[in-house]
Amino acid sequence: MQLDSILFYLFAVQILFSALMTITRRNVVHSAVWLIGALLGVAGIYLLQGAEFLAGVQVIVYIGGIMVLFLFVIMLVPVSEESKQRRFASQKWVVLVVTVLLTGQLAYFFSKGAAEFQIADTTPPPEIGIVTTNTEQVAQVLFSEYLLPFELASILLLVAMIGAIVMAKVRPGAE
Amino acid sequence: MPVTTAHYLMLSMALLLIGTVGVLTRRNIIVILMSIELILNAVNINLVAFSEHLQNINGQVFTIFVITDAAAEAAVGLGILIALFRNKETVHADEIDILRW
Repeated sequence: MQLDSILFYLFAVQILFSALMTITRRNVVHSAVWLIGALLGVAGIYLLQGAEFLAGVQVIVYIGGIMVLFLFVIMLVPVSEESKQRRFASQKWVVLVVTVLLTGQLAYFFSKGAAEFQIADTTPPPEIGIVTTNTEQVAQVLFSEYLLPFELASILLLVAMIGAIVMAKVRPGAE
Repeated sequence: MPVTTAHYLMLSMALLLIGTVGVLTRRNIIVILMSIELILNAVNINLVAFSEHLQNINGQVFTIFVITDAAAEAAVGLGILIALFRNKETVHADEIDILRW
């Protein structure tokens, strides 16, 4: 077994176990901490596939940004005693149908085995000047082909930021 | 046994399944938002796997946009949650039913 395979299975087990813990823990803070484990595992998967830039972005934006936001909000919202008693909503039929469908699909994939799936042939990478590293490749495409979506993403973030502030702030005279 | 693209797709699928179950079953809105993050990560694994397989960098660029959307979604979702908590004193999805008839 090569190192690649061992690392892949390590990260896969870490991601899936942490994800399961995230959705089953009673305490929301525990959920958040397990989610950090899952996100770290995903960063490792990115590294395995040669996407170093994304691994860095994953750690900085997800773990450093989004998870801190989550923890902040958890601290702002007191945990009631009642919430510790019943964790799950009672829409069991919807859950059952969706879970059975998705699990069936997953079981089908596993029963066939990975070797059965031949996805389109690998095409040789296009030569882009002297650019070689992953970050440079991403930057090259991001700032040429995807320049407009990139700028739109900044507007989206601005709108989201203003929306979040407006939503969360206390209006004068409301209390 | 070498790890192929199909392995990554199966991992992504399993993560998507866990995220979906989380969204559908939990009552706490914060955990529902975390499950949505899990689903988006499953999507990202898929995109990066195909980006590697096809030796095409576009998949990774799309992953950056997905991460941007995840950040925006988390910010707005948690903002709504705080506003909701101020009005209804609850963070449970099944107790918020003022739009239900």
